[in-house]
Amino acid sequence: MSINMKSEDEPIRIGVFICHCGTNIGGVLDCEGLTEYAATLPNVVFSDHNLYTCAEIGLTTIKEAIEEHNLNRVIVCSCTPRTHEPLFRSACEEAGLNKYLFSFVNIREQCSWVHMKKPDDAFEKAKDLIKMGAARATKLEPLETIVVDVDPTALVIGGGISGMNAASNLSKQGFKTYLVEKEKNLGGLLNSLYRLFPNDQESSELLKDIEGRIQADKNITVYTSAMITGIDGFVGNYEVEINQNGNSIRIKVGAIIVAVGATPLKPNNLFGYDGKIRITQFELENVLKNYSLNANNIVMIQCVGTRNEERMYCSNFCCMSALKNALIIKEKNPDAHITILFRDMHTPGIAYEEYYRRARESGIIFIKYSPEKPPIVEENKIKVYNEYLETEIIIPYELLVLSTPLIANEDNKQIAQLLKVPLEENNFFLEAHVKLRPNDFATDGVYIAGSAKWPVDITESISQGFAAAARASTILSHDTLEVEGATSYLPEEYKDLCRGCEICLKLCPYKAIRKNDKDEIEIIQVLCKGCGVCGASCPKNAIKIKHFTNEQILSEIYALGGKELV
Amino acid sequence: MERNSSNVLIIGAGIAGIQAALDLADMGVKVHLVEKRPSIGGKMAQLDKTFPTLDCSICILAPKLSDCYRHPNIKLYTLSEVQKVDGSEGNFSVEILKHPRYIKEDVCTGCGDCAKACPVRGILNYFEANLVTLAAAYIPFPSAVPPIYLIDRERCVYLTHGICVLCTKACDAEAIDFTQKDTIIKLNNISSIIIASGFNLIEDINPLKEYGYKTYRNVVTALEFERLLCASGPQQGHLRRLSDGIDPKKIAYIQCAGSRNIKDKKYCSSICCMYTTKEAMITYEHDNEVESYVFYIDIRAGGKGFQKFLERGKAEYNINYIKSKIAKIKVDENENPIIIYEDLNDGEIKELKVDLVVLATCIIPSEGNKKLADILGVDLDEYNFIKTKPFFSMETSKEGIFTCGCSHEPMDIPRSVAEASSAAARVAEITKGR
Repeated sequence: MSINMKSEDEPIRIGVFICHCGTNIGGVLDCEGLTEYAATLPNVVFSDHNLYTCAEIGLTTIKEAIEEHNLNRVIVCSCTPRTHEPLFRSACEEAGLNKYLFSFVNIREQCSWVHMKKPDDAFEKAKDLIKMGAARATKLEPLETIVVDVDPTALVIGGGISGMNAASNLSKQGFKTYLVEKEKNLGGLLNSLYRLFPNDQESSELLKDIEGRIQADKNITVYTSAMITGIDGFVGNYEVEINQNGNSIRIKVGAIIVAVGATPLKPNNLFGYDGKIRITQFELENVLKNYSLNANNIVMIQCVGTRNEERMYCSNFCCMSALKNALIIKEKNPDAHITILFRDMHTPGIAYEEYYRRARESGIIFIKYSPEKPPIVEENKIKVYNEYLETEIIIPYELLVLSTPLIANEDNKQIAQLLKVPLEENNFFLEAHVKLRPNDFATDGVYIAGSAKWPVDITESISQGFAAAARASTILSHDTLEVEGATSYLPEEYKDLCRGCEICLKLCPYKAIRKNDKDEIEIIQVLCKGCGVCGASCPKNAIKIKHFTNEQILSEIYALGGKELV
Repeated sequence: MERNSSNVLIIGAGIAGIQAALDLADMGVKVHLVEKRPSIGGKMAQLDKTFPTLDCSICILAPKLSDCYRHPNIKLYTLSEVQKVDGSEGNFSVEILKHPRYIKEDVCTGCGDCAKACPVRGILNYFEANLVTLAAAYIPFPSAVPPIYLIDRERCVYLTHGICVLCTKACDAEAIDFTQKDTIIKLNNISSIIIASGFNLIEDINPLKEYGYKTYRNVVTALEFERLLCASGPQQGHLRRLSDGIDPKKIAYIQCAGSRNIKDKKYCSSICCMYTTKEAMITYEHDNEVESYVFYIDIRAGGKGFQKFLERGKAEYNINYIKSKIAKIKVDENENPIIIYEDLNDGEIKELKVDLVVLATCIIPSEGNKKLADILGVDLDEYNFIKTKPFFSMETSKEGIFTCGCSHEPMDIPRSVAEASSAAARVAEITKGR
């Protein structure tokens, strides 16, 4: 990428764009007043306000102003860089301005939203924020992004239904793919299921089909009984170490998909679980496989060990599993008495609601219980309080089936650490954005699919497997890609300052710092994410962080205090 | 240097169509994105905030709309519909009918002078759930993409009676062009097609008389309510009743309106439990005196963080959930709705007087699905949703044609986005496969 050098020698010319964000900002702050104020700040040669700066009209205004007023710095005062920085940066680039000469000032989350009730004070704060932003913009420097090659190869961790479909799709798109499974066989939880809702197809049939395609695919290398033990590198260029039966294998891949699935909860100490006549829904699948059931009175309890303080979530598919297994029993033994004790029947959508209707028509009894008065399990009968009838109902059983949720795998923590991706409070993997980036991690080149993220049924697991593959393909389809230019470095003239204490080397979360042959600290630019930990911890202030230089940060603080940094 | 050259057609530019288009375009595939409305973004653009993070909907969507508009690999056709498709997987040919805006797309600056000059009023704005009317020269919302005005051909007095042209005189950019006609665009070498036609709501086809909708002014639908809550909506985010402008303090939310019953639609709309809770939370944030009552059959909150969201609603936002069956809604002399319901916790028939009722109305198939299915030769289900294969929700009955999002089943935004990517993945097998 070429750098727009005009900013080097020319006087600083800042353009400030204030966004109303509808009434999100405009309803609290006087945006016209802020526009007038901005115009009075040093080096600001243009200021304007828009109803939505991020709308096409707003972006066009920015581009035209860069052209017309020969701007070499652009400030947008609006929302958050998390969602909008790439958009404004690219608008600047389209107008020929280096994207690092763009600066964000947040007057929404950090001002109009939190000070909604005090518009006058908020206005003063917004002025300060803009003043600080303008001071920082003055000190901004154009930076070059780094171009790296992309290895058109993928790694899928987890050989369940989600991971297998991801691998198969990537291979069909033309990418060499590695599929790593920790168990002896592919298939994950599908191995323990009998028939599948909503079309009653046998699990083994679905499994056989995809597994056959994977095994026959020369573009896919499968490692079973294998674990990921090390991951280095960065988007487009990950180096992965796999341990298979004690042998270490090293591969290079451009993108990684996490599809490790989840684990059914064993309900020890809940409702008298004993694994014999009081079993889980998953254990029932095995019983149904070779129909060895001689119970006539069957009771199922939903939401066992979940939707409570400890696990404040719904596991999504257990109501459907219960309905499906109840219907299978009814089909084999029409005289069976089946009662399902539930809190809310979770059968969203078209096919599932229809399935629920079928189950009710078949004579299965549904009784709602409340978590405050849970069912009491005795030797061969269950007592459940029903609020509607205001009475306790006693139901005999020979088999009690407990619908337990999927819980996060125990080794999620290790995998998360290796990949440097976050987990949420239940230890499921945390995606980049729950709404709009459901299968991305915030880390580039790493993706997430299936129940590793959150318990989902087979249809959604498959869909997410394909989705993660598509997201990976947006990286793998390119020969090269640009990575962040705002990195840390040790300037030549500061090399003498470095005492070789290695604090930075130990703290760097991206393994981007090493010692070279001359025993000097070296920051590998493509690995550096610009987090700044090294710069902040260097006792000699020898490391510089591009785009967050001391000068840039101090200029903001000076501006707030009413002075100019010299 | 990209590895592929085939073109793909995507029908519908809501969040699902947009995501599929962006994924494919980022893979280097050329995408033709067809939208029948004048602007892209679909239903998501109309929402106030989104659950469970309470992000402002248009704020998180806007960057995607821009990306879509500016992406070199995406060709956008608004006010357009697919009218003919021939061929098969790997080589479809397509005819798109593009309706005129009567405003030159490459000349319009989006200044709005035409709308100010236009003497015609009363054009219902679909974007504001028809709560607001516009001039015959209009843009559906200020941040619409593309940022180009259009002229309503049915109501413009020049187009209907040959008089006026005030807009032409007002437009400094000289963008008004009444000579524009319907045009047919022919595309060849389309390797595959994605249907992302989205959804309609049951109030579009059924007046919901039993709930007093359209009869009582203080009974509104959830989509209307989203606009009433929205800071950029018709009331600038200050919620008032439509009958008398009074701030409502007691609001009832009725779930499964038109769904989960054999008279209307049998299925569950999947998203209403969550968006209702979200709406009740936002309302409470506007006014801490508001009490909310949610009348429900089953609470369905299986997604990430959803149960916690509900618990927060109960604990911090004064939301009361009542498992119940609604019998009837009537009003008192001040147009306050009175809900008559059976409380399913104790079996008693009860009444509750509220200030406002919000109906969580059933998601129904896109009104265009029937025609689209005929043109494309794909099967529909009994309700006219696009029929998909078991376990492979992106596969339609025809090879080379895929689907995602609410075009085949009601679902929330994250699942629509994931499905859109999954459809893109299948398309990528065809366009760039070995």
